[in-house]
Amino acid sequence: MAGIHLRGLAHRYPASDSATEAIYALNPLDQHWEDGGAYALLGPSGCGKTTLLNIISGLLHPSEGRVFFDGEDVTELSTERRNIAQVFQFPVVYDTLSVAENLAFPLRNRGLDATTIQSRVLDTLKMLGLESRAAERARSLSADDKQKISLGRGLVRTDVRAILFDEPLTVIDPHLKWQLRTELKKIHEQFAHTMIYVTHDQTEALTFADKVVVMNEGSILQVGTPKELFDRPLHTFVGTFIGSPGMNVLRCAFDGECAVVEGNRLMLNAEMLAAAGARNLASDKDVLLEVGVRPESLTVCAGSAGVAVELLRVEDLGRHLLLHLKLGEQTLRVIHPEGATIPEQIALEFNPDSTLLYADSRLVQAGNTHCHGGD
Amino acid sequence: MKMQHNKAWFMVLPMLLVVAVSAIIPLMTVVNYSVQDSFGNNEFFWVGTEWFQEILASERFHNALQRTLLFSGLILVIEIPLGISIALAMPRRGIAVSFCLVLMALPLLIPWNVVGTIWQVFGRVDIGLLGRGLSSLGIDYNYTQDVFDAWVTLIVMDVWHWTSLVVLLCYSGLVSIPEVYYQAARIDGASRWSVFRFIQLPKIKRVLLIAVLLRFMDSFMIYTEPFVVTGGGPGNATTFLSIDLVQMAVGQFDLGPAAAMSLIYFLVILLLSWVFYTVMTSLDNDSNSAGRGR
Repeated sequence: MAGIHLRGLAHRYPASDSATEAIYALNPLDQHWEDGGAYALLGPSGCGKTTLLNIISGLLHPSEGRVFFDGEDVTELSTERRNIAQVFQFPVVYDTLSVAENLAFPLRNRGLDATTIQSRVLDTLKMLGLESRAAERARSLSADDKQKISLGRGLVRTDVRAILFDEPLTVIDPHLKWQLRTELKKIHEQFAHTMIYVTHDQTEALTFADKVVVMNEGSILQVGTPKELFDRPLHTFVGTFIGSPGMNVLRCAFDGECAVVEGNRLMLNAEMLAAAGARNLASDKDVLLEVGVRPESLTVCAGSAGVAVELLRVEDLGRHLLLHLKLGEQTLRVIHPEGATIPEQIALEFNPDSTLLYADSRLVQAGNTHCHGGD
Repeated sequence: MKMQHNKAWFMVLPMLLVVAVSAIIPLMTVVNYSVQDSFGNNEFFWVGTEWFQEILASERFHNALQRTLLFSGLILVIEIPLGISIALAMPRRGIAVSFCLVLMALPLLIPWNVVGTIWQVFGRVDIGLLGRGLSSLGIDYNYTQDVFDAWVTLIVMDVWHWTSLVVLLCYSGLVSIPEVYYQAARIDGASRWSVFRFIQLPKIKRVLLIAVLLRFMDSFMIYTEPFVVTGGGPGNATTFLSIDLVQMAVGQFDLGPAAAMSLIYFLVILLLSWVFYTVMTSLDNDSNSAGRGR
């Protein structure tokens, strides 16, 4: 097991035609993965998650930067010498081998003696609950059992420094997904392998991981606990990507005291105000300002107390209602408790503590005065 | 309802006619000849299985059968491993792929008798590049007089002509293997041999079966090339079943024995193809049930 450190890592695939400059699949980044941590790498398809994962496992050589395992530079080491286990999107089993032989395969390749192999394989079979099927041909198994074998070929090795998962539940039936994820979590608690789990499914990421790394367009936008990502997204993308429905993001102006959305002045908390003041946002005209508000933190009230909005439509989500509202030219969504009446004249109450100000898509916060205008 | 059924039969009729003219009627003619004898004047009389017994007991048939079996065996032993090796070595992407595929397809586009002529000239000691080259190196090579040289020439010619087919079939099987299998193998620390044994070979097994069957049947029926190159000689050294058959039917006009022999020939090919197919598919099932048994 190992802590993984990425320093100045970047990757670009060779351009398909020589006329165009190859674009970065992965923008230069630094990232530390703690030893024994369960991480989820979350992002939409094509954001560079798999590229990052393959660089860690050594299937891909980065065009820039170094990869360290426990301080040791492994950038030039081959995949097999990095002692990484990786589970892929589609289950990989060796068709002609039995379940037990599949699990023994990585050990045999490393030249272990037969008795060690046998005991390790038995332990792993027990761990995966596949003892009764040990002698069966691997190709006769269902997709989820095959995926267990893919995982088992990693678990069977004692020298594994990290287990990487590349959307491992894609081809698994929904009701088995939950079960497999729980088993993964159990295995993590028991053996404390460093695990990195790539997914585009936020439920999967938030339930599996202690820390979630959110990526978009080849950059890491935020690393945090599920709660941090929900309460304090550092980037509007994180806010809209996480949560169901995602955060409302509204264009606004800043007058030095309040965020102004379509002529309505929204109060900000003291910390946000101080940060905004420090960056001199009131007079900076080149910055795109937005406020981010979670649909859960807005309250519907009647009359003229709050910000007046127009009701577009109501969606019944079962546990609660989702109101689609129009504020001036912009739309937003609000979660409204089931059964509560919807007033004819709707107004919204904004909570200053959960109204976040974003400059050029990034959260305005203390110590974050440098400009990210480049990306 | 009944009218519709009749119509359906009517629609099948053209196909039945084609099959009848192309397969059933000629085959029945052969069957007819094989059980009769003729002294010309279109007079035939019934001899039963006499021709079959005669052919099966004749040393001439045995020798030709052995030569053909040896030839097919050597062809399979050389072309299948060679074809797999070339397919493994071929590039998977880039401009080189099209280049290699065209290069591989070229020998397959040349008509049989042209291939024979090419090698007949190529191997000649007086004017052929190969023959002159070998003799100038001091090697005593002459395919028209030496049995071994004649066999080597025919086998090299067939390998040159047909290995491409095995290559193309195996290559199509290899490129259909998803990249992720190779990645998993790297994670598992598999050697090059293990990758071949446990990933590539199982995945190309089906096309390999087709390649083996095609190469067996084609080499077992080979006629044109040895006819052009060696004419069955020196002596009878390269007189394969097909050449022998033509000599009997056309050269000696022994219609009865020739018909019996072609039926036996046909059944041997059918039987051996069935054996290949059964062995190769049951190898799969055997290891499957053996895996279960353990």
